[in-house]
Amino acid sequence: MIHSLFLVNASGDIFLEKHWKSVVSRSVCDYFFEAQERATEPENVPPVIPTPHHYLISVLRHRIYFVAVIQSEVPPLFVIEFLHRVVDTFQDYFGVCTEAAIKDNVVVVYELLEEMLDNGFPLATESNILKELIKPPTILRTMVNTITGSTNVGEQLPTGQLSVVPWRRTGVKYTNNEAYFDVVEEIDAIIDKSGSTITAEIQGVIDACVKLTGMPDLTLSFMNPRLLDDVSFHPCVRFKRWEAERILSFIPPDGNFRLLSYHVSSQNLVAIPVYVKHNITFREGSSQGRFDLTLGPKQTMGKAVESVLVSSQLPRGVLNANLNPSQGTYTFDPVTKLLSWDVGKINPQKLPSLKGTMSLQAGASKPDENPTINIQFKIQQMAISGLKVNRLDMYGEKYKPFKGIKYMTKAGKSVLQRMHIVNCK
Amino acid sequence: MSTGALYNDQGGAEAAVEAGQESTPTSSGSGAAFGLFSADFKKNEDLKEMLESSKESLKLEAMKRIVGLIAKGKNASELFPAVVKNVASKNIELKKLVYVYLVRYAEEQQDLALLSISTFQRALKDPNQFIRASALRVLSSIRVPIIVPIMMLAIKEAAADLSPYVRKTSAHAIQKLFSLDADQKEQLIEVIEKLLKDKSTLVAGSVVMAFEEVCPDRIDLIHKNYRKLCNLLVDVEEWGQVVIISMLTRYARTQFTSPWKEGAMFDENNEKAFYESDSEEKKGHTEEKPYIMDPDHRLLLRNTKPLLQSRNTAVVMSVAQLYWHLAPKHEVSIVTKSLVRLLRSHREVQYIVLQNIATMSIQRKGMFEPFMKSFYVRSTDATHIKTLKLEILTNLANEANISTILREFQTYVKSQDKAFAAATIQAIGRCATNISEVTDTCLNGLVLLLSNRDETVVAESVVVIKKLLQTQPTQHSEIIKHMAKLFDNITVPMARASILWLIGEYCERVPKIAPDVLRKMAKSFTAEEDIVKLQTVNLAAKLYLTNSKQTKLLTQYILNLGKYDQNYDIRDRTRFIRQLIVPSEKSGALNKYARRILLAPKPAPVLESSFKDRDRFQLGTLSHSLNSKATGYQELSDWPAVAPDQSVRNVEIIEAVKEWTPTVGKTKQPKSDDKFYSDDEDEKEEEGSDSSGSEDSSSSSSEGLFMYFTMQMFSSCLAAKYHFPRQPCLYQPSMVAVQVILSNSSDHSLEEIHIGDRSPASLSIHCFNTIERLEPEASVTVSMGIDFSDSTQAANFQLCTKEDQFSVSIQPAVGELLMPSSMTEQDFCKEQGKLQGMNETSATITMETANASSQAISKQVLSVANVGVVSSSQNNFSRFAGRTVSSGALVLVSLELKESSTALLTINTEKTVMASMLLRDIKQALTQA
Repeated sequence: MIHSLFLVNASGDIFLEKHWKSVVSRSVCDYFFEAQERATEPENVPPVIPTPHHYLISVLRHRIYFVAVIQSEVPPLFVIEFLHRVVDTFQDYFGVCTEAAIKDNVVVVYELLEEMLDNGFPLATESNILKELIKPPTILRTMVNTITGSTNVGEQLPTGQLSVVPWRRTGVKYTNNEAYFDVVEEIDAIIDKSGSTITAEIQGVIDACVKLTGMPDLTLSFMNPRLLDDVSFHPCVRFKRWEAERILSFIPPDGNFRLLSYHVSSQNLVAIPVYVKHNITFREGSSQGRFDLTLGPKQTMGKAVESVLVSSQLPRGVLNANLNPSQGTYTFDPVTKLLSWDVGKINPQKLPSLKGTMSLQAGASKPDENPTINIQFKIQQMAISGLKVNRLDMYGEKYKPFKGIKYMTKAGKSVLQRMHIVNCK
Repeated sequence: MSTGALYNDQGGAEAAVEAGQESTPTSSGSGAAFGLFSADFKKNEDLKEMLESSKESLKLEAMKRIVGLIAKGKNASELFPAVVKNVASKNIELKKLVYVYLVRYAEEQQDLALLSISTFQRALKDPNQFIRASALRVLSSIRVPIIVPIMMLAIKEAAADLSPYVRKTSAHAIQKLFSLDADQKEQLIEVIEKLLKDKSTLVAGSVVMAFEEVCPDRIDLIHKNYRKLCNLLVDVEEWGQVVIISMLTRYARTQFTSPWKEGAMFDENNEKAFYESDSEEKKGHTEEKPYIMDPDHRLLLRNTKPLLQSRNTAVVMSVAQLYWHLAPKHEVSIVTKSLVRLLRSHREVQYIVLQNIATMSIQRKGMFEPFMKSFYVRSTDATHIKTLKLEILTNLANEANISTILREFQTYVKSQDKAFAAATIQAIGRCATNISEVTDTCLNGLVLLLSNRDETVVAESVVVIKKLLQTQPTQHSEIIKHMAKLFDNITVPMARASILWLIGEYCERVPKIAPDVLRKMAKSFTAEEDIVKLQTVNLAAKLYLTNSKQTKLLTQYILNLGKYDQNYDIRDRTRFIRQLIVPSEKSGALNKYARRILLAPKPAPVLESSFKDRDRFQLGTLSHSLNSKATGYQELSDWPAVAPDQSVRNVEIIEAVKEWTPTVGKTKQPKSDDKFYSDDEDEKEEEGSDSSGSEDSSSSSSEGLFMYFTMQMFSSCLAAKYHFPRQPCLYQPSMVAVQVILSNSSDHSLEEIHIGDRSPASLSIHCFNTIERLEPEASVTVSMGIDFSDSTQAANFQLCTKEDQFSVSIQPAVGELLMPSSMTEQDFCKEQGKLQGMNETSATITMETANASSQAISKQVLSVANVGVVSSSQNNFSRFAGRTVSSGALVLVSLELKESSTALLTINTEKTVMASMLLRDIKQALTQA
């Protein structure tokens, strides 16, 4: 399966290598560098690269390429999924997954990688088990360790690996028993230039933070489970119960985990809570263009739209932009032509707008490509699909836990509005 | 050798110097004064000294720095002797780091690596399963050929270990040994065969992985385990699921007949409702059809379906490919939604999933058409994702949706990503050829694009228009004229060449323009790209043949230029054309046919998907992704015309139908072949429910509680049940008494029932006397004695009748290997005092409230283990004593009740393995209601 792993940073240096079988020379990465050079953008490096004797499968996260070396047939998704799991684990351990963090914790990284794969086959990828084996470094622990000389390798042997509920540690104890659930929904949409939605979908997750003593058995029910069109569960969820009763029944892992991710079918037409009006005009014979952008809230059930950020890749011909925001700040990068406007909170009484002029390169032809606007926003206390948790019950333990549920809606990777540039004669 | 060592030394020195610079910058000042080399030497000594010091913390610090060196890919092999000394360290972290080092460098320093082997051999015997497992892990990772026999031995032993975790590790070790020494294959296959029978979900994934690596062609090993694997699948860890599913896909293609027959397709509609109800197969319903799906085939499909909900994208993809390759056509579409869900995952996941959808969508448009909008391109997508989405949209295009798709394409053409815009134009071209209704619309749209300001867009349009015109060479002279006009402004060579070819091919439709274009080309010939030059020569030749009056001189001129071109292809072509078209003595017969050769009607190019023949590879594989066969790719075989024998998958004995029954004479239910599955499922559910901690087992009680195992033989009608009567064995004190009820459920009498071969051969069994005759419907109870030697390893023997023989395996629960022992509380405490430390195992348990009274505790403990109650003066203590049957070792169980139904359960015995198993069993009995 996975033979070796190389970590490559944005400038093309290998800063960590790990081999699970015989050592593969790092020169194998030359093929990767070639592909990297060919690609115009970092994201354009193909995930699977064949070389004469090996295959390179890579993922790009946090501006680091994780390049796995494979020697024979293996489902590529298997490797990709595993690499992402590695990144998630690093993030979980170090807070961030940057080159500096990995270099600082190189010993922990090595110990983790050693436990995660045996002979290239995943062994322990469950973060609960890993944390029993190797304690995550904290500032306090590092200090204590340097003074007392104790280690960050767990003294206990992991019992979780053998248990029938491998995701949960045994003997968990808390003085405050609490269970929090965050329902977070992300909208991805494409809006055409007149403002009508071409496609929109809601991708939701329920992230949980459960700190409960013992072996609690939880059930979570929804007011409107029908909304959930397509779901995928954490392994702890009893699938049969969901199939039969539409109730989530599970023994939760300890700490933070993603209980469920779901998709709300695009059949129910999704209303995008923000609209954008734009007017971009270039006049023939003038190197000046007019730019006018107005934002407004739409169907937010009285909740405020916050952290609004609008960004757009302006046409190449645009030399500079001289704009005037009614609120927030904007930046325009004349090299990448990226305009971004940090709006903040939308006040429905006074709609934010960004107006001004753009100057074109002298003699350049009027742009004929249509840029898109990417809109980011957040709305607290609301799940746009209307999903509502009905109740949360706990069995198997006697104490009364503190329960909390939070809702949030935000824009996903892409809420894209296609713009239209008017060229007047 | 000497030079090698020299290089190593230098390498090590270099590495050390860099390590020194990075980790201790303070001392670098003196290094410069000493000169580079001496400083290096010192650094290395430094690490060595640290490793040899007596302080753990210094050693640890040194190892951390060395691991840092390894991570950077620097050579630290020189330190091997110093590091290997610490292999037996007590400090866990230090030990782990030494392991990391050892595995990395053992291959290079084989002789020194041997020094560490004895440490691992010792650890392999450790009572702690994790230590055994990690010893085997490291031992098998040391790639030193000399220790192959040791590894082989260790693997064999570990494969029979009581701990499933150790067995899992041994499955991993199999692959490592195989890659080290392929000659061990036969022996390893034996181990694999044994491990495949394992019922633990921990082992299943790893052993199938080993199977795939070592002997993927030994499909016969799977037969007996097929149903078990299907049933375990849901509970196996996610990575194992992927491996098992892909192996089962291959297996199914060799064992079942194709579900894709005409008949099955025909019934698509009325069958759907029936399958969706997800009920058991109704035999009566399917029998009327020409195709009957093998129940085992259905089992696989049914048991993989829930995995579509997995959070692991690789699992979802592997189920999708399983359905694609194995399910009846109308059932495949259930995977669609899950695949589309994966598109919201990471970029790399999207890439692979889109590739697979592209292949699927060629054959089955209907599957993905409802989700068309999910494939709309976003400007934030990476280029290769965009291209794949475009590919899929093109595949999905049909008469009904083409207008929507074309409208979408129009936006893409205006994209800022020009490579993508060009790909869109190609896609429009493909839509135009595939759907004749829109050909004209597309063509007009493309012509409009010719006036686009971007060069790549125009060039791509020209190329696509050329292809389109070729498919429809009717009245398109207007477009050709238009393109000829544009010719001066187009600089992209491919586009220029395409226009030249078009004009040449249809020169008779544009008789006035063509010579003029040639004239312009003659002027710029030398400055053109090769591909344009070739087409110019081509155009000249065609014009010479059709319109020699106007173009003769021009052609001569161009041919002369071509003759002295730098590129030999062009020189070659020029010479060839000249001979072909210009009559001379040498040219001979060909000359007459020049017109027919050059102006022959040419077949239009077919515009088709690049994913067209990708389905020759199994979906989801690396080979599919690369569109070429990867090393180690296992071909998916075609369905057999006739299904091979189904009965090979029948398992003769089911041992694990566990029942806790207080009544002795429970009659055996008649079991049909159908019922077999549900049985297996029950078993699985029971395992599953153990995990959730709320089930019905062990609720009943009474002193005479036995454990029952039902055995069944399918191929004949002899059924056997056994139980442990918990009486001292009459034959030998070291044996456990077993009562077997044999019953004949066939219609003829069975003769000469006796016990045959046993395994292991050393197993001592006291057999019952041969039963001469057993009439139909009759049953007989016999008693046997088996010496299990205090292990829960199953006793296997052959049960023979006159005609037939079956293998029987009796596996005792650990509690049945004990005999009650009576002693006073004082004695108990005294004995307990002797069995401290290593011999003590304890756990804190939370009991079900119903079990909290001391009476209930006794009941539960006695139900699990054959021990005696020790009368206790303390209310919160319950004590039990027993001896193992074979060796008579004391086993002391004590339970101290604490507040709120928690209790401290302690077992003292020198049989530590038994203790941990007993602990588990008792714990389970007490924590369940």
